[in-house]
Amino acid sequence: MIKDYFQLALRNLLRRRLRAWLTVIGIFIGIMAVVALVSLSQGLQNAVLSEFNKIGADRIIVTPGGAKLGPVGGMLSASKFTEDDYDALKKVKGIDTSASVYTKTAYITYGKETKQEQVWGFPIDSEHMEFYRTQSMFDIDKGRLLRPGDKNKVMIGWETANEVFDKKIKVGNKIRINGQEFEVVGIHTKQGGLLGAMGDKVIRIPKETAREIFHEPDEITSIFLRVKNPEDIDQVVESVKHRLRRFRHVKEGEEDFTVQTSKQVIQTFNNILGIVQAVLVGLALISLLVGGIGIMNTMYTAVAERTKEIGIMKSVGAKNSAIRWIFMIESGLLGTVGGIIGMIIGLGIGKMAEMVALQYGIESLKAYMGLPLLIGAILFSFVVGALAGTLPAMRAARLKPVDALRK
Amino acid sequence: MTKKSIIKLEKVWKTYTMGEAEVHALRGIDLDIKEGEFVAIMGPSGSGKSTAMNMVGALDIPTRGRILLDGKDISHLTESALAQVRGKKIGFIFQQFNLLPTLTAQENVMLPMIFQGIDAEERKERAAKLLKMVELGERINHKPTELSGGQQQRVAIARSLANNPEIILADEPTGNLDSKTEATVIDFLKKLHEKEKKTIVLVTHDEEVAKVADRIEHLRDGQIIRTQKNSKRS
Repeated sequence: MIKDYFQLALRNLLRRRLRAWLTVIGIFIGIMAVVALVSLSQGLQNAVLSEFNKIGADRIIVTPGGAKLGPVGGMLSASKFTEDDYDALKKVKGIDTSASVYTKTAYITYGKETKQEQVWGFPIDSEHMEFYRTQSMFDIDKGRLLRPGDKNKVMIGWETANEVFDKKIKVGNKIRINGQEFEVVGIHTKQGGLLGAMGDKVIRIPKETAREIFHEPDEITSIFLRVKNPEDIDQVVESVKHRLRRFRHVKEGEEDFTVQTSKQVIQTFNNILGIVQAVLVGLALISLLVGGIGIMNTMYTAVAERTKEIGIMKSVGAKNSAIRWIFMIESGLLGTVGGIIGMIIGLGIGKMAEMVALQYGIESLKAYMGLPLLIGAILFSFVVGALAGTLPAMRAARLKPVDALRK
Repeated sequence: MTKKSIIKLEKVWKTYTMGEAEVHALRGIDLDIKEGEFVAIMGPSGSGKSTAMNMVGALDIPTRGRILLDGKDISHLTESALAQVRGKKIGFIFQQFNLLPTLTAQENVMLPMIFQGIDAEERKERAAKLLKMVELGERINHKPTELSGGQQQRVAIARSLANNPEIILADEPTGNLDSKTEATVIDFLKKLHEKEKKTIVLVTHDEEVAKVADRIEHLRDGQIIRTQKNSKRS
């Protein structure tokens, strides 16, 4: 019987094609937005996950301040670390190697242009430097790495060399950092991808030199640690926290520092992305709600327009439930068709964004097109349609045949 | 031998409230329609004949009084229960034909069967047969807009027979037709009465049309003022 109701509903929709299409547009815009956003942010999440996984599971990042903002957190924090904190941590049991950096924003002058950029002062003795290099995942494209004994020398990221200033910076060129002249000895390989946002726009100088030009004898902004045995990482994190609490005289729960593993950094990122995703999808859902109201409006119009037909069907034996079904299926169909179109266009937008990202060298951003998203989108749009049709359908079902026939 | 009652109205009142005023469309009507009878309900407009038809056709329930269909009181049934009764026992023919414009002739005839849960194959077959009977076998796939008034009314007749009901209720069935088509439609009603042994209730304001019935009930101001028997029908 439902199959017959389906056919009747379809006939009715096809009768008012323009109106049906206009109503469908209201739904498909919402579904399109939801699908595109979910597909992209899920893709982004996957991409970030895969990139962060390259860092490895044996790393610990310690930064001053309570906010878990990753390696740059130290710069924004009110509490500070000094070399003493670093010294205290170096010897924690289970730590294999470590590095500490001092980061500050400075005025960079090249030719006639001056820009504000972040400058990273990092250890250049061979052992610490190699660890820092793998930690920050950079390689040299042109020129060489900084080496022990370098003083007014600098390594810069690919983007810093090629895109920050009008004129490209080459190995051997001179740049000024807060007025002090530095020779560019190395340019990093382009990282691209999402990490490129952090790694390609970077200026690296020896930590000791940074202390001199920024007149900062002791402060450090982050500490990177590598554990000997990745399985022990949680235990080492606890030891690090314990040591630092004692050293800084703070109680448990009141730490003015943050200890994160790369797993936790991913978690932090996921949390932020989750919030962004929720807000965007929330906005898209509002448009879907508006689409639902559009369906309701169309269905009320249809009930008013077809009052007599409802009377006819009732006079030939249609129960209230039959009338309700016919109208509910009709509105559910409006929703579902909108959902299918929206899903296709939404995926198209996701795919397009993926291709645009590829143009910018971000290869890891793949629009997510998992089955749960596709089925979910269609199911959801059907539910929106059917819900929007409930009240109009109930009105239709409750019509008295005598009154309806008189129309 | 007296035939058994198929529809019986006992002191039926129908009162509408219009603002402050109460309007009595029916004022305690008694009407007994026997199985296989052909009864015409006649009266000028405003006499209550449409309301009476709604009562006889289980389209509405009375304010007071009882309606018995096959001896069963239907005056207090819910709308859905009434729909079920109508679908099985009563076939309607309306002045406006009342076909669904989106459906073909055949689909219109199939419609009452859908609501009785009859399966698709049987529906199709029976609808085709009924349309053939009303001489529209060639036009089963035409939509109402592609049919003349007389043809549409014949589709409606076919539809009224879809669930093989005992009662056919015709409300001014010839009101929208020219005299030639009117005669055809009346002929079909006569045939249904004589050959198919259907009980027929015909509501009309036209005396000529009413003459085909065995009995004419004259209605005025919501009451039956006269019952006229036709021993020899025209």
